[in-house]
Amino acid sequence: MMLSDFPLFPEAASTMAHQVDALYAFLTVICGTVSILVFILIIFLAIKYRRRPDNQLAQDQEPPALLEAAWIIIPFIIFMVMFVWGAWVYFRLSRVPDNAIDVYATGRQWMWKFQHPTGQREINTLHVPVGRPVRITMASEDVIHSLYFPAFRTKADVLPNRYRTIWFEATKTGRFHIFCAEYCGTMHSGMIGWVEVMKDTDYQRWLAGGSEGSMASQGEKLFQKYACNTCHTNDATGRGPVLAGLYNTTVALTDNSMVKADDNYIRESILTPQSKVVRGFAPVMPTFQGQVNEEDLLKLLAYVKSLSAPKPATVAVESQQSMQTSAGSPLAPGAGQAPQPTTTGKGNQP
Amino acid sequence: MEIPYNVAPRPDTGLYNAKLGIWLFLASEVMLFGALFSSLILLRSGAPSWPRGWEELNVPLATINTFVLIFSSVAVVMAWANFRLGQFSKGRIWLGVTLLCAAGFMVIKGFEYAHKFHLHHYPSTSNFFAIYFVMTGLHGLHVLGGVVVFGYFAGPGSKMYFSERQRFINRIEVAGLYWHFVDLVWIFLFPTLYLL
Amino acid sequence: MSSLTLHDVRITGAEGSRNYINDEYGALSWLLTKDHKRIAILYLISITIMFLLGGSFAVIMRVELLTPEGDLLTSDTYNKMFTLHGIVMIFFFLIPVIPAILGNFILPIQLGAKDFAFPKINLLSWYLYIFAAAVGLYVIITGGVDTGWTFYTPFSTQYSNTHVIGVTFAGFIAGFSSILTGLNFIVTIHRMRAPGLTWYRLPLFVWALYATSVVMLLATPVLAITLVMLMFERFTGIGIFNPAIGGDPVLYQHMFWFYSHPAVYIMILPAMGVASEVVAAFTRKKIFGYRFVAFSSLGIAFLGFLVWAHHLFVAGISVYSALIFAFLSFFVAVPSAIKVFNWTATLYKASVSWATPMLYILGFIGLFTIGGVTGLFLAALGLDIHVHDTYFVVAHFHYVMVGGTVMAYLAGIHYWWPKITGRMYNEFWARLAALLVFVGFNLTFFPQFILGYLGMPRRYHAYAPEFQVLNVMSTAGASILAVGYALPLIYLGFSLRFGRKAGVNPWGAVGLEWTTSSPPPKHNFEETPVVTWDAYDYPAMMKAVGETQNV
Repeated sequence: MMLSDFPLFPEAASTMAHQVDALYAFLTVICGTVSILVFILIIFLAIKYRRRPDNQLAQDQEPPALLEAAWIIIPFIIFMVMFVWGAWVYFRLSRVPDNAIDVYATGRQWMWKFQHPTGQREINTLHVPVGRPVRITMASEDVIHSLYFPAFRTKADVLPNRYRTIWFEATKTGRFHIFCAEYCGTMHSGMIGWVEVMKDTDYQRWLAGGSEGSMASQGEKLFQKYACNTCHTNDATGRGPVLAGLYNTTVALTDNSMVKADDNYIRESILTPQSKVVRGFAPVMPTFQGQVNEEDLLKLLAYVKSLSAPKPATVAVESQQSMQTSAGSPLAPGAGQAPQPTTTGKGNQP
Repeated sequence: MEIPYNVAPRPDTGLYNAKLGIWLFLASEVMLFGALFSSLILLRSGAPSWPRGWEELNVPLATINTFVLIFSSVAVVMAWANFRLGQFSKGRIWLGVTLLCAAGFMVIKGFEYAHKFHLHHYPSTSNFFAIYFVMTGLHGLHVLGGVVVFGYFAGPGSKMYFSERQRFINRIEVAGLYWHFVDLVWIFLFPTLYLL
Repeated sequence: MSSLTLHDVRITGAEGSRNYINDEYGALSWLLTKDHKRIAILYLISITIMFLLGGSFAVIMRVELLTPEGDLLTSDTYNKMFTLHGIVMIFFFLIPVIPAILGNFILPIQLGAKDFAFPKINLLSWYLYIFAAAVGLYVIITGGVDTGWTFYTPFSTQYSNTHVIGVTFAGFIAGFSSILTGLNFIVTIHRMRAPGLTWYRLPLFVWALYATSVVMLLATPVLAITLVMLMFERFTGIGIFNPAIGGDPVLYQHMFWFYSHPAVYIMILPAMGVASEVVAAFTRKKIFGYRFVAFSSLGIAFLGFLVWAHHLFVAGISVYSALIFAFLSFFVAVPSAIKVFNWTATLYKASVSWATPMLYILGFIGLFTIGGVTGLFLAALGLDIHVHDTYFVVAHFHYVMVGGTVMAYLAGIHYWWPKITGRMYNEFWARLAALLVFVGFNLTFFPQFILGYLGMPRRYHAYAPEFQVLNVMSTAGASILAVGYALPLIYLGFSLRFGRKAGVNPWGAVGLEWTTSSPPPKHNFEETPVVTWDAYDYPAMMKAVGETQNV
């Protein structure tokens, strides 16, 4: 019974898993060979030249310079191959595909909370479709955690002061471990869960299940609750910059520097608005540090992102065909309530 | 068997053991303060807003303190020179001047701290004050360390002048090197914290 | 023996004469001693106690991990166990063990000196160590600490409700002990070499300790100030590492690893020095590529300062800095590879003795090789993402630190035991212990590589059931390892009273320490030796001894 649950190799269930495994195999073969050679050499030499009555003194010899050079240069070349290969895999692990669907995660002592753009929330379980890249935007509510999917060969630390992203594309359906890999306190080893990889049809059915409205629409409610809308109006008359079309554009600041309006910039602008003020605006926005929790921040972020969707998307949770064909369109949620993006778009115009 | 170069310098390098030791110790100290300066740079460059030093801190007092410390560095050199010339009492007076300067520095620093606390500026107020208090506090501890050492050499330790003169002079020189370093740290701290 | 001449050095001291042990009596003559040999004995006793303490934490952990459920200890207790195991083993065992015990005893003798340049500072280092250990023990007795030995913020500053301040204070004090030891070693190596003992005639142990001391001197203050800020943050609520008031928790990780990565070289470099000594002595041969081995120590010490951020590949550093640090991390592997190849090549056409120290060192070379090459796995960026913070890292670290440093320490203590105590230990039991340690070690830690690649995260009190078989293997290995570590305590202790007298040079080795009596006299040498030969000049020695002595 024990032997049946005695794996020596982890399950490979993402597009990246085989690339990481190939690198691992390459290193294992090279390093294993070298280690075994060293072992054999040591044992062979130690036996062959063991001390005997007629072998009391070593025959001293100066090292040939060529030999020293060889075992400096050859390992170095092999190391460089490992470095380049490792870097190549790393690039692919860090570059999120453009067509990734979004999931938002918050870590806290000691649970993982996931939110889907359509509004579903789950704890310690994550439902994702097979065969589609999934991007998870994450923040921590307290200490540093690390979201780890062994079957997908990826992990990233979850920080309390900014967003990190991680992505994977599952290649088979099933249940796979979620672990917290960064020590986070008493129940660190209990901060685990399962990722459920589902067929696309099942996933759509699951998404259609009950929820409290999409993240963006919940974010819009928060946008009104915190009275953001009194200044961030849809035309250029408000005291704050227009947010429609802002996401992922480049913004000019009062100190003439430029900044990309990405997740972390939006987060920073909500929590510490004075730090990067858009050119042409007065630094009048109050800070929301300590007033908005991480989950609500993610909803606000989802809302701001939804204002910049390339087309006024309608959520088509039921129409599976449109989901499968529109690989390039993000799953822009809740756009029914979202205002039309204005054509001016630039946040830096007063 | 005596420990070589304990008192007399090694001819080829001109260093006796304690002098080599103090230079190594100062290298270690450079790493200590270097880590703090690096954190200051990283915190400041990452911070949304960072106050200008002169808006929050008392520049005139710090300027006076800078001159007090520079003068104390001169004083310790004078003490060392006088001991070498065999003028014990003059050397001791200059050690006294050094001590006086160090005490003066600490008193002025105390006024600065008291004023900060009066304004309710505590280390926990902001990261600027956190790093200000950590850096000046650590520097103040080094000044206090110097006070203890020079106090000993001016007081009970001075007897060594009559028993082992060269060793005593070496001790003053080594302590002086440490004191110059403490002075130098302040010369870096003053502009980075107060003037930038 | 006492009339034997070698390299024109008079071998001094006769059996039964006064030596550093029987020169003075009474507890105070030990506690206030400035004799480096006696201080080494003080360290030997205190560090052994700390090793047993840290080891017992490890045993408790391994027993807990027999079953997937966390059923023996509560989670809090388990977290305290691995934290204390890490803190005790790293700050109180691995960092001081070779420099403070073997270095303290052997370094001045290898230099032909009477003592260190600053004997009082040497004693002060020990007192600082004892004070730090006492603070650490106080923390352990009054409830322990649960942050992990890395004290990552903001957990350690804002969330943990254990004695973080106490234990970081202990680490801070231990750091000063380390700085002063390093300072003393550097000045001594520069100043106290016997006439004629030029740099290239120095034993490689001295080179290794020199490189170690540079790292101790320059890296430890960074840890000191980092721990001060951490204590201050807990104490007064400053926010340098607190994200809620503009601080950066990742800044802590940078500062911590700026010390703690070089610190692993503080732990392994002296071990490499011991390996060179033992390989030379038990092959009766000059180390192959002496200068390469010597300079690779300095190279490791230098490069070790440039690779700290490879601990942060998943912590959110930029892609470009990750690339640079990965590149430099592969660089630091080169000097280590040079050493392994040179030691192995030294065996060629040698006269290899299978005495206990050599057995440990042959094991050391093999285990260090595995520890080293698995470091390459962690430096390869794409792979590190998967194995970071898993048991793969735990296994890699233990292969280097236990398979490397502890094996080398055991080799060193067996090699110099006759010199330190004047007695020989029982060779049979010693070889058996070496074998047990090697087998037990591999059984304990090799399964952890597999566990790590399977994805078992480190610092887990309870784990997924499919990891159980490998964990049981690991625990079984740990029990063999425990026996292997307990045996030397017994037979070495036994030898103190019943061991046969060692004589001046029981191994037929060269080096100034083998020209003075065992145990050495209080001032090491009757007269200052003059060195006219290179390190490991065995042919000259064998000519002097003749081919009669058969060891």
